[in-house]
Amino acid sequence: MSTVTATPVRATEGRRSRLTQALGTALPVYALLLLLFGALAITDPGFFEADRFLAFVRRAAPLVLLAAGQYLVIVSGHFDLSVGAIVTAGVVVAAEIYQDFPGAHWLVVTLALVAAGGLVGLVNGLVSTVLRVPSFITTLGMMLILQGGVFYWTGGSPTGSLPEEFRAMGRNDVFGWLPWAVLVCAAAGVGVALLMRSRFGRTLIATGDSDRTAELSGVSVHRVRVIAFVLSGAAAALAAVLVGGYSGISAQAGSGMEFEAITAVVLGGVLLGGGRGSVLGAMAGAFALTALFTLLNLRGVSGALEPTVQGVIVIAAVAVGAANWSRPRARLLTGNRPPPGSADPTHAPGPTDSTGGPTA
Amino acid sequence: MRSPIRRRLTLAVSAVLSAALITSCSSDSPADGPPDPAGSEQPADGDADADDAEFFEEDEYARQLALTEETPEGPEDRPWEQMLRPELVNTEEYAIPDEEIHLCFSNAGVFNPWRQVGMTTMRAEVAEHPEITEFTVLDAEGKDDKQISDIQNLSNQDCDLLIVSPNTTATLTPAVEEACQKLPVIVFDRGVNTDCAVTFIHPIGGYAYGAAAADFLVEEVDSGGKILALRISPGVDVLENRWSAAEIALEEAGLEVADVEFTEGDPAVTKSIVTDAIQRHGSIDGVWMDSGATAVAAIEAFEDAGVDVPPISGEDQQDFLQAWAENDLTAIAPGYPTFQWRTPVIAALQVLRGEEVPGEWVLPQPVITSENRDDYLREEMPPLHYGLCGCEDLPGYPQDWGGRG
Amino acid sequence: MTATTETRPLPAPAKETAARWRRQLSDPAVGIWLAALGVTLLGWLVVALDGGEFLTQPNITGILQNCVALGLIALGQTMVILTGSLDLSVAFLASLGTLVAADTMAGEDANLVVGVLAVLALCTAVGLANGLIVTKLKVNAFIATLGVALILRGWIEDNYTGPSGAVSPSFQRLGYDRIGPIPVSVFLLAAVALALWFVCRRTRLGHHMFATGGDEHAARLSGVRTERTVVIAHVLCALCVGIAALFLTARFGAGSPWAGTEASYDLESIAAVVLGGTILAGGRGGVVGTLGGVVVLAVLDSVFNQLAVDPFFKNVLRGVVIIAAVAVYARRRRSTRRSA
Repeated sequence: MSTVTATPVRATEGRRSRLTQALGTALPVYALLLLLFGALAITDPGFFEADRFLAFVRRAAPLVLLAAGQYLVIVSGHFDLSVGAIVTAGVVVAAEIYQDFPGAHWLVVTLALVAAGGLVGLVNGLVSTVLRVPSFITTLGMMLILQGGVFYWTGGSPTGSLPEEFRAMGRNDVFGWLPWAVLVCAAAGVGVALLMRSRFGRTLIATGDSDRTAELSGVSVHRVRVIAFVLSGAAAALAAVLVGGYSGISAQAGSGMEFEAITAVVLGGVLLGGGRGSVLGAMAGAFALTALFTLLNLRGVSGALEPTVQGVIVIAAVAVGAANWSRPRARLLTGNRPPPGSADPTHAPGPTDSTGGPTA
Repeated sequence: MRSPIRRRLTLAVSAVLSAALITSCSSDSPADGPPDPAGSEQPADGDADADDAEFFEEDEYARQLALTEETPEGPEDRPWEQMLRPELVNTEEYAIPDEEIHLCFSNAGVFNPWRQVGMTTMRAEVAEHPEITEFTVLDAEGKDDKQISDIQNLSNQDCDLLIVSPNTTATLTPAVEEACQKLPVIVFDRGVNTDCAVTFIHPIGGYAYGAAAADFLVEEVDSGGKILALRISPGVDVLENRWSAAEIALEEAGLEVADVEFTEGDPAVTKSIVTDAIQRHGSIDGVWMDSGATAVAAIEAFEDAGVDVPPISGEDQQDFLQAWAENDLTAIAPGYPTFQWRTPVIAALQVLRGEEVPGEWVLPQPVITSENRDDYLREEMPPLHYGLCGCEDLPGYPQDWGGRG
Repeated sequence: MTATTETRPLPAPAKETAARWRRQLSDPAVGIWLAALGVTLLGWLVVALDGGEFLTQPNITGILQNCVALGLIALGQTMVILTGSLDLSVAFLASLGTLVAADTMAGEDANLVVGVLAVLALCTAVGLANGLIVTKLKVNAFIATLGVALILRGWIEDNYTGPSGAVSPSFQRLGYDRIGPIPVSVFLLAAVALALWFVCRRTRLGHHMFATGGDEHAARLSGVRTERTVVIAHVLCALCVGIAALFLTARFGAGSPWAGTEASYDLESIAAVVLGGTILAGGRGGVVGTLGGVVVLAVLDSVFNQLAVDPFFKNVLRGVVIIAAVAVYARRRRSTRRSA
């Protein structure tokens, strides 16, 4: 939880207040998660049996990975809308690889996919930072390019299939009881949490908080952001391996996942626009969202109304998080933007601001 | 810290409650929900409810079920040239000299593997006929508005005949009517609310599809068994037909519909839903699906849960047929055949030669059972290929469909 | 078309003229219209080389017609983006709008006015909800409007099982009539654009919108009621979507539950707005640029159609065009700032 405790920029502000802030932003999501788990336990008493619960975690794993990656990008002040398309492309490309190289080792294919995901992230990052295209647009364009490109290549639908061995990571268990996906998810979670405690994590948050200040204090703003995009792309590719493994080949494996991931991150108390929030909160957000889907399933809410209930709960949860927050610290919140050069209303924000995406 | 937590909880609880409130209200008085545009909307919702009721058309249902029993006219080995209860119409007025035909096609899109296989099949059928010198295809990418423009655009070109595969029933009616005044039109797959087209080509229909799968379950599952119904998404009328027919058959036979869930055609969602359903109901005795795209995910959910796969309905996609064969399942695959994409081209040439065609060209709708399954299972084809494509004799097979060999 | 960045020492008057020209050219609204012209000429050339005819009357009509729905929604989106907000609920709202319109009209001319009012009332309510959730509940616009989109989606899915209702016969003419090569609906688009242009450039509300989007904190300090401005922008946006829905209904002759989402008006409208040079963070841009962006997309679509470009490849090209265009703006904005 101390991932946000100190930033080089605001070190003077005192650790304690940052700690309560960090807790404060993520607290609503933990409350929501507890509430949902409680509701699940009432609905289905067997839910917390070890194997059932592990199966639940396995189901949540891809979204947790996406949320962790998305968190890195969002906390640095950007968006990554391309992750859903990376998942779809990843599944289709894996099938194509096996079509051409039926004997390929699963680890090689997985690593190749993760590397390719990282490469997509690199392009996203470079275009968003060096070319200063708002990341919302960069990654929206990338989404179109990936979806169009991969199906143009395969002629409209995936043509290969995924062998059992490759699917094991998403579908099978270690030692006969622990799903691989849970292991991957836990490893990624620990990895990102450690990363956020490191110097890189602190600079990332400082960058998202105010890139100008970060730049002045000697941070290579572009570099940390590009790395965040690369990690997000790689995480999405890893999620693709899990999704492909869990449910097999599909032409729409990742559709809508970008919005789910962003929702999860925001649900976790992370501020869109950057600079605030914890990665554990983001991942808890992903669990909460999956728990919500499961609960709606188990309660048998009329399938058609599911989105409505989901929408109401998401808005309410975020509103609860925002309500306790913004009043005492309203100043600080709006202070996230670079200080205005002049009061002239039509004056453009600083050049760095144009890379930030909507910071509403 | 206590009071803020309580406050949050209260708010969260009230959110859930209000969500529940919306859920419960909507059934009798839908105009009470959040986007309430004052009382003026009430007649609209009244109509929507009326639509629900009139959605099931008794006559059409009976007609479709009767058609499934009949033997179609036409060559036995070419189902795409067969027809049921044809009422031939004269097309002499459209006859043109037989060379250099310009055929135009307004396609709803190629946004799923079914349409992809269909489009490939249609192109191959066109390639079979050297007299078609030009084949213009405009792809609407699933946009009704764009398809209307596409139809207008094509009917103003020098097309000899226009084929339309509508994206949505009803919404293209005005555009098709407008086009009919300029050139002969053939509509296929989904219909429009006008009979101005020379012919409307389609398989028997959604009721027959839904009933075939449901009747199979009625036969295989003991009375009182729990059926899980998996549908793609609500609000699509052609899919609603399939479900309404199944609902009747299941109810009549005393089977219990445990759940009706929407999968969005996403295998991951399907797998989660099926897993949850197994947990919740203890056992599932049969699975009904309104389309087969995610059938394999459903099968895997049973496998992963360590229970036997109950009787299940799917579609003619290769991955399902293969899983069926490998695991020796009790299964059925009613088809909505992709071979229907060949028929409009054949019909177009007949119309332009002035030959008689059926005013409504009803194609047979084969059902794949364990007896004829292996006829449609093709090793060389990709997993999402549709076995009922009727494309094996066409040029470019199997490579153009993504197959090997 | 890119304004050059280097300022070489020039004789004073020439330098001034050059600077003015550069300023003119660096205005994205001018740039995008030049781009639209360029794309049209290029399209004409390419299609001609391909052996087709591009600037035929049906084709021009088609391009203009394809601008209307996206154009109306993108204009609305421009309002919210200018104030630094965002609306992702437009696609579902458009679908619901067509359904409400067609159901209320029920094929009778007598119900026409009621139908139009019902749609506008619905949209006002949704816009108000969006605005209030963003301002009063302090939910980020992205999540707020995404949530409202989900709510609308459930609403549609629970109440409709397919196309529904029928449009008033005389209303249908809005979708199909044209004067010469120009569809009448284009005049509707032009009227809405003109009205919004007036609001943006000539009224206090407009100045407040730019101020709020440029720097909300500063705007509030200088006495702008930023929250009210954002709410009004959301209502304006939703009303534009309502007008788009009415146009679509006129075109379809019925309501369609998936009309808005299958055309993905949410992301496409944002793309068009940004293509038109409006900054996503708010405070800069305008309706003229947005219209240009919509025209560019429509012309590109038409060229792709004529050349029978594979639909999947079209998406690749669209993605590249959007990114490239915005990269050019970002570069130019920096260079003008540097040389100023």
